[in-house]
Amino acid sequence: MLATILRIGVNVFRESVRDKVLYNLVFFALLLIGASLLISQLSAGQEVKIIKDLGLASISMFGLFIAVFIGIGLVSKEVERRSIYALLSKPITRAQLIVGKYLGLVLTLAVNVGIMTVALYLVLAWMNWQTSPAVRETWEAPALDPALLKAIALLFVQLMVVTAIAVVFSTFSSAILSAALTFGLYVVGHFNADLRNFENVLDSRVAAWTARALYYVLPNLAPLDVKTMVVHGQYVSPAYVAVTTAHALTYIAALLVLATWIFSRRDFK
Amino acid sequence: MPAAIVTEHLTKDYRVGFWRPRPYRALDDLSLTVEPGEVFGFLGPNGAGKTTTLKLLMQLVFPTAGRAEILGRPVGDPAVKRRIGYLAEHPYFYDYLTAEELLGYFGGLFGYSGADRTRRVARLLDEVEIGAERRLQLRKFSKGMIQRVGLAQALINDPEVIFLDEPMSGLDPLGRRDVRALILRLREEGRTVFFSSHILADAEALCSRAAILAKGRLVASGSLSEMLAFQVRGWEAVVEQLPSESLPRLEATARRVQRIAEGRYSLEFPPEPPPEQVLPSLLSAGGRLVSVMPLRQTLEDFFVERVGSADWDRMGQ
Ligand SMILES: Nc1ncnc2c1ncn2[C@@H]1O[C@H](COP(=O)(O)OP(=O)(O)OP(=O)(O)O)[C@@H](O)[C@H]1O
Ligand SMILES: [Mg+2]
Repeated sequence: MLATILRIGVNVFRESVRDKVLYNLVFFALLLIGASLLISQLSAGQEVKIIKDLGLASISMFGLFIAVFIGIGLVSKEVERRSIYALLSKPITRAQLIVGKYLGLVLTLAVNVGIMTVALYLVLAWMNWQTSPAVRETWEAPALDPALLKAIALLFVQLMVVTAIAVVFSTFSSAILSAALTFGLYVVGHFNADLRNFENVLDSRVAAWTARALYYVLPNLAPLDVKTMVVHGQYVSPAYVAVTTAHALTYIAALLVLATWIFSRRDFK
Repeated sequence: MPAAIVTEHLTKDYRVGFWRPRPYRALDDLSLTVEPGEVFGFLGPNGAGKTTTLKLLMQLVFPTAGRAEILGRPVGDPAVKRRIGYLAEHPYFYDYLTAEELLGYFGGLFGYSGADRTRRVARLLDEVEIGAERRLQLRKFSKGMIQRVGLAQALINDPEVIFLDEPMSGLDPLGRRDVRALILRLREEGRTVFFSSHILADAEALCSRAAILAKGRLVASGSLSEMLAFQVRGWEAVVEQLPSESLPRLEATARRVQRIAEGRYSLEFPPEPPPEQVLPSLLSAGGRLVSVMPLRQTLEDFFVERVGSADWDRMGQ
């Protein structure tokens, strides 16, 4: 059972590793992280902060591209090209197919985020070595701050949510529509918390309930973004990381149940 | 022992039309039983509903009405899927994998691993005559090679029941012969083969029993010899070096006489009397027989005859 899911996942990983798109994305991400070194030279005293900002933004942006562009094709490509016929005639369930595909892309993302993280730390290490101890004293946070890993971990969880959204859409709609909808929800997900405030200013009960319902149904991505806090050396508690992660994982589980529910009822014609 | 395949009143409507979807009946009330060990031909012209039936049996689509069982269990049961193999029509496989990797992946889904899996993969690829190309990505494969890989993947688990949707399509004459040999071998091993085709000759060479489908309905089923006995429409002979004095006699017996070249004729005769009676007297004054061939109805003719050319309006209901 679990073995089947893992085999499907490993095949997704193998597919993406052989995909040129992935290499292009990773290449540009590394280029951007490297270029941050040059850009930071333009702002005296802020170098480390700029490198961190740009590095985390690159990881977030390119991770998003990978999650969306591979995620939307995960299931829909199998259906459109009809490779799903042979796959589903093997002893697997449609639920295993969905979960396996999802985990495969999460694995791909983990490896890529890992590579980008190493690149970021290398640039920061170079910066650290170049700078005199006196200047280092003035930094809000050390260059090789381990707290960066907290931000990256939560970023990764955010990408896991986006991937699950892409998988849901790709079980019933075409790749282009799925991409648009996933990007749409990604943006909405960053403002979702505002719905909570909105609720308080609404007079109508119906409107207030709608706002509340949307708050629970739509993804809530903003809490998973602690880039700014970490860059400015503010403390992010492990408890916060754990709770937001647990919350996101619950949301992901619900999305995968939904994807399976839709997918299990589909005709492949 | 349960039947290999049973369908009861199996019916499938597709919804067609974008703005006002209407149901379109692709398969209408199909009831069939295939016994274990049979090679069963599922025949019918284009659009008859053969692929639809196979997809229903693989639970790639869900029936509008009716039910189907394989090996005594409902279709879609993973325990059943362990014991069957399926080759889709115009198959497509992951083009980023090599033939070896594809079979390895599918073998893994059946729980094979290590040396056992490697051995199975190698044996099957040998069997369908994929040589050193097995290390190439499938994007570099020709249509016929993909079809062979498709046959190999359908057999990875030594299935008891094998479903093949037009297994000969895309193959050259040698390839078709190989597939025939493969199907006959599967039968010798006691496996059940259910294959669709619109080519009567394939069915005649292979099947113990067959069903003929047209416009989603079963029009005939049973042993092929019974179904097609009345089918011979006449026969055709080609003769050469025929002396011209034989011509008048020829024109009296033959339905059609066509001159191909000097002394060489193509002749068409009614079914009776049979060629073994007609030809000796015809060639008594000289001439050489080049070929004799029965003229048969195509599947298309058969279906027009049985179903009638009056189209029932299936779009309407
Ligand atoms: N996805 C679909 N949507 C609507 N109609 C469909 C769909 N798939 C098949 N049909 C219709 O159902 C009927 C049966 O199609 P099917 O593919 O089962 O025929 P077939 O016997 O396999 O034909 P062929 O020999 O050409 O492969 C056809 O009239 C076809 O137009
Ligand atoms: Mg077909």
